[in-house]
Amino acid sequence: MKNSLSNAPVISSNASVIPAKAGIQLVTLFLAALALLILPLLLQNFGNAWVRIADMALLYVLLALGLNIVVGYAGLLDLGYVAFFAIGAYLYGLLSSPHLSETFAWLATMFPQGLHTPLWLAVPLAAAVAGVFGVLLGAPTLRLRGDYLAIVTLGFGEIIRVFLNNLDQPVNLTNGPKGLGQIDSLKFFGLDLGKKLNLGGYELASVTLYYYLFLALVLISIVISHRLELSRVGRAWMAIREDEIAAKAMGINTRNLKLLAFGMGATFGGVSGAMFAAFQGFISPESFSLMESVMIVAMVVLGGVGHLPGVVLGAVLLAALPEVLRYVAGPLQAMTGGRLDAAILRQLLIALAMISVMLLRPRGLWPAPEHGKSLQATGAPR
Amino acid sequence: MTGAVMTGAVMTEVMLQISGASKRFGGLQALQDVNLTIERGQVYGLIGPNGAGKTTFFNVITGLVTPDSGTFTLAGQPYQPTAVHEVARIGIARTFQNIRLFADMTVLENVMVGRHIRSHSGLWGAILRTPSFKAEEAAIAQRAHELLAYVGIPALADYKARTLSYGDQRRLEIARALATDPQLLALDEPAAGMNATEKVQLRGLIDQIRRDGRTVLLIEHDVQLVMGLCDRVTVLDYGQVIAQGSPAEVQKDAKVIEAYLGYGASATTVNSTGQHA
Repeated sequence: MKNSLSNAPVISSNASVIPAKAGIQLVTLFLAALALLILPLLLQNFGNAWVRIADMALLYVLLALGLNIVVGYAGLLDLGYVAFFAIGAYLYGLLSSPHLSETFAWLATMFPQGLHTPLWLAVPLAAAVAGVFGVLLGAPTLRLRGDYLAIVTLGFGEIIRVFLNNLDQPVNLTNGPKGLGQIDSLKFFGLDLGKKLNLGGYELASVTLYYYLFLALVLISIVISHRLELSRVGRAWMAIREDEIAAKAMGINTRNLKLLAFGMGATFGGVSGAMFAAFQGFISPESFSLMESVMIVAMVVLGGVGHLPGVVLGAVLLAALPEVLRYVAGPLQAMTGGRLDAAILRQLLIALAMISVMLLRPRGLWPAPEHGKSLQATGAPR
Repeated sequence: MTGAVMTGAVMTEVMLQISGASKRFGGLQALQDVNLTIERGQVYGLIGPNGAGKTTFFNVITGLVTPDSGTFTLAGQPYQPTAVHEVARIGIARTFQNIRLFADMTVLENVMVGRHIRSHSGLWGAILRTPSFKAEEAAIAQRAHELLAYVGIPALADYKARTLSYGDQRRLEIARALATDPQLLALDEPAAGMNATEKVQLRGLIDQIRRDGRTVLLIEHDVQLVMGLCDRVTVLDYGQVIAQGSPAEVQKDAKVIEAYLGYGASATTVNSTGQHA
């Protein structure tokens, strides 16, 4: 009990530190918000391709946040997460492209203008269907843990992709490897995100509009994740992650809570999928390969499993790094007289970056703090 | 030894009654026809040599291992120990021989997890931060702080559980179990690995828990602790009950001495059980 006595004064002294710290935090928060709002306007000047990279990075953040619920909170290693992304994307794609009405004559007679499902129906549906698939995947894997769970979920991810690739016959449902095109852009409140917006003489490109939408979604997701983390459900998930038997002994129904985690994570994936389909206007099974799942897991792990700032950082870095390396790999290729292929070089550099992060910061770039709230300000001893 | 039930000073309410509990693992009869009755407010000791089946018995009554046979009654209500979380819900909380804390969560969060079955808020309450959710969270946190103070580690609330000393981890496990408001608190070797001072403190804590009206079932190797603390004791050997009664009675039992010291030992070393663990 010596321990507890020596710590008591440390805690009481925090009371005076917190207000000053909160002030600094508020200023940082304000500056960060301002930077995030201005970013696409600056990037626009260098060309829309740069804003596009930022958009994709935000979508990956959304995916990583969803996977973080499954892997980070509940501790269930899911290597097939991209399947839910695909389900969301295809559902939105099918509901908002001419494909279905072209294939089925009866649908064409019902909707002579083609199927243009409103956003308010299509996106929630994409989220719900992905969530249901999340639970369906979770159900048979409840008894599996760690490596075994990873293998089964990996298989599930591939099954979905293979289905999408082959469901162009006997009935052409997904248009197979050719993919779905002419998907509607997002339209709400008379605003079409697919067209540029003229704001009092200042032009906002379509990609910039998507940027703000994705940014809003990311912020909402962060709030939801954060609130879940500090709740009865979140604690139960973490208890399952830490020790499943002890969690059961505390009366936690591990079956229901694991299914809830799978469903919740998949819902995030479904929403990002729908956003992706609307943003790109074209989707094909190629976008949902195993490599994508691996990258999303890498984002979560590299950033710091279960720690929201870390997950966001990991997603932004891993989504942006390949694009930035494009500009490094090019000159390197020129220097070696074209013997080093730029694509291979890029993969090599990403791998090197990941290995060095794992060696130098094995708990992630920005891991969860070592202690609870009251001890962080003063840097209490371990 | 079966007549021992009658020697109890007052006949009080039965908390846990188990009859005919058996469990076989392949060729090993881990438990054979174990009967046991714990009265409300008792500290009940379960002792026996290594491999006697004590932990298996614990696992059976808490639903971690499904028994082959046996009837189970908690506070007059029959129950089937088939699902661990259901057993926790009806009111048996346990600790583990090899401590099982949520290592990467804070001490406070560990205890708050214990309140899970006594609280209700779900996904939507958490996402929308409804007033009832906030009120419940505050109540959970307050109860958790109270329990940490109760077991004597109030200042450690914000440390990660894995950074605690061994003795404090044991205390935390007890606090977490108490958080479920159990009718019966089952402690699996709570003194294992503790030094002498910590054992004295633990004894005080268990005494306090009894004085507060809870029933405790205790597996323990430390015979001194069991003899000083328990109201009644059951001795298991090779999965069978070999003695049952007050600590003093059990201590003199020839079968018990044999089980601990070997065949024939009872003739020569009658009073030496206190020195063996």
